[in-house]
Amino acid sequence: MKILVCLKQVPHQDARLDIDAAGTWIKEDNIKFEINSYDTYALEEALRIKDAGEAEVVVTSIGPDRVTQALRTALGMGADRAVHVKDAEIDGSDALGVAKVLAAVAKEESPDLVLMGLMSDDSNASAVGPMIAELMGVPNASSVMKVELADGKVTCERELEGGALEVVELQTPCVLAVQSGLNQVRYASLKGIMAAKKKPIDVKGAGDIGLSGQVGAGAAKTTIDKIYPPPKGEGAELIEGSTGEVVEKLVGKIKELGLL
Amino acid sequence: MEDFLRFDELLSDEEKMARESVREFVDKEFMPRVQEHVRQDGSFPMELVPQMAELGLLGTNLKGYDCPGLNNVAYGLVMQELERGDSGLRSFASVQGSLCMYPIHTYGTDAQKERWLPAMTRGDAIGCFGLTEPDFGSFAQGMRTRAEKRGDEWVLNGTKRWITNGTIADVAIVWAQTDDGVRGFLVEKDTPGFESRDIKGKFSLRGSITSELFLSDVVLSDENLLPGVSGMKGPLSCLTQARYGIAWGALGAAMACYEEALTYTKEREVQGGPIASKQLTQEKLVFMLTEITKGQLLALQLGRIKDQGNLKPVMVSMAKRNNVDVALQIARQARDLLGANGIVDDYQAMRHMVNLETVRTYEGTHDIHTLIIGEHITGHRAL
Repeated sequence: MKILVCLKQVPHQDARLDIDAAGTWIKEDNIKFEINSYDTYALEEALRIKDAGEAEVVVTSIGPDRVTQALRTALGMGADRAVHVKDAEIDGSDALGVAKVLAAVAKEESPDLVLMGLMSDDSNASAVGPMIAELMGVPNASSVMKVELADGKVTCERELEGGALEVVELQTPCVLAVQSGLNQVRYASLKGIMAAKKKPIDVKGAGDIGLSGQVGAGAAKTTIDKIYPPPKGEGAELIEGSTGEVVEKLVGKIKELGLL
Repeated sequence: MEDFLRFDELLSDEEKMARESVREFVDKEFMPRVQEHVRQDGSFPMELVPQMAELGLLGTNLKGYDCPGLNNVAYGLVMQELERGDSGLRSFASVQGSLCMYPIHTYGTDAQKERWLPAMTRGDAIGCFGLTEPDFGSFAQGMRTRAEKRGDEWVLNGTKRWITNGTIADVAIVWAQTDDGVRGFLVEKDTPGFESRDIKGKFSLRGSITSELFLSDVVLSDENLLPGVSGMKGPLSCLTQARYGIAWGALGAAMACYEEALTYTKEREVQGGPIASKQLTQEKLVFMLTEITKGQLLALQLGRIKDQGNLKPVMVSMAKRNNVDVALQIARQARDLLGANGIVDDYQAMRHMVNLETVRTYEGTHDIHTLIIGEHITGHRAL
C-alpha cells in the first residue's frame, strides 16, 4: 500500500495579511506559513492507515524553499519521504496547473491512494482534487468523512448538505479529498522532528516531471484580477431603548417591511 | 505575533518546527484547561502528562534513554511556548527535565539512569527537586537537612519547602549535608519516614502543585546516592539548566501578554478611537515589543553558546534576570492596558503577572542574580 498525500503550504492563520502592490495576492514577505488545515486531516488519515498495517506515506508539495518546512513537519509527524516540486516556472499556475503537477507526481509514484484536503485555507477553490483524478483517469470522492480499505476498494463516507452522509465505494487507485474533522490530527513529536532530518526530500523541477512549458502563469486559464476587502455595508439601523421598546419597534419594522 | 526583527531567520527548520508543534499543543490542549486549574488552588492538568511525554516535553534536551535529544535552542523555544501557556506548565517540564532528569543523567549510576530516565521521559514517573528549605532559600548552602552515614546506610532528616510537584512525585531528588559536603539522594515516594504536603493559599502559580517535603529518619542505601557530584555544584548545576529554560520561558509569558494587550487596545474604543491610537498606549506597546525582541536575542545567543559547550552560569544569570524582569514589567503594563477587564481570569495578563512574581523569586532571585553578575564584574562578592 502506498499513499501520496498532497500538502499545500498556506499563510499561518494568525499571520497579518496585507494585499500586495499589484492587488492580486498578499505580501508573502516575512509572514509565517503552515500546512493547509484540511491537508493535515488527509495526512493524519494516511498515517492512521500506516499505523494500522503496511503502508508507505509519501508527501508532496509545490512551492519555493519555505515549503521544505511543511514537508519536514509532515515527515516529523510520521510520513516516510517527500517530493518537493520547486520551480519558478510553476509560479502563477492556476488550479489546473497545480493539478497537472500533482497528477504528474502521482503518475511517477503510482500510489494506491492520493489524499488531500477538500480545499485550501487561502484559495477555497476545492478544484485540485477532482482535477487530479480526471488527469489520472481514476475515481474521486470529495468531502470524505471516513475511509475504510478493503482489497482493491475504498469505502468512504461523504458529508452532504444538511448533515446527511453518503457511502460510496471506489476502486483503487483513487483520489480522496477529505473534509476537516474526520480525525484528530497528531502533533509532530520532538523525536519525530529529529528523525525527520534523516528522511529524504526529493526535489524536482517542471522538466523532471515532463511539464516544462505546460504550467505556470503563461499556461494559466484562470487569473486573479484583484483581491480586496469587502466594502463596509450600509443601511444598518440601530434600534435603541429598553427591551420592551426595542421589541415593539422591531416588530413594527418587520410589519412595515411586510416580512411577516 | 509579528517577527519584528526577522528572528526566525536565525533558527533552523527543526528549531522552528519544535516551536510550532508545542505552540499548537498548548493552544489546543492546554489553553482550554488553564482557567479551571488556576481557579482550583494548586492543581495541574495531569491528564495532559501522557501527551506531553509523547510530544517529547519531558527531558527534551537530554540524549539517550529514549529522550528526544534536541539542541538547547530548540529546548529553549519549547520552554517559551509552554510558558506562553502558563508558568506552571513550563515549571512542570523544567522540574522534570532540568532539575530531576538532568542530575540523574549527569551524576547518576547506570542503574539509576536505566531505572528512572526512560520512565520519566515517558511521564510514567514524576520527579521533584528538594533543595530549598523553610529557612534557607537564596542561602541554600545553609541547609539543615542532613544525611548521616551509618554503616552501609544513610539516614536523612530535614524539611524541604516550595517544592514543585512534591506530592505527586514518584521520586524526589533531595540535597542534604553530609560529612563530605552536600550530596544528592533519590528518595522514592513510599520510603518510610518520607512525607509530603501541599502548600495552599498561593496567589501565584496556582496551576502548579507546590509542596513541602518532610524527612524523618529516612533510611537509604548507597544505591539512592547520586555518586557523580558533591558540594553545592550538584544542585547549582541543575539550577543553571532550569534557569536557562526560564530565560526563554519568561519571554513566552511576555509574548502572550503583549499579544493580548495589542488585540485588546486595537478593539477597545474610547472617545472616538481605539485605545491603541493613544500615545500612552503606544508607549507601552513599543516597550513590550522592544524588550521581547532584545530578550529573544539574548536567549538565542545564550542557547548557541550552550550548544557549543561554552556556557558559564553568570551568563545564564544575566538572561534569567533580564528576561524575567522585562516579562514582569510587560505583564503589569498589559494588565494596566486591559483596565478593569484585566483583573478577571477571562484574560491572561494578570495570571502571567502574578506567576512571574514567583518566577522572579525562584531559581535565584532577581537580586541574587544581580550579585552574581556584580561579583563577576568587580571580583568582589557583595552581600
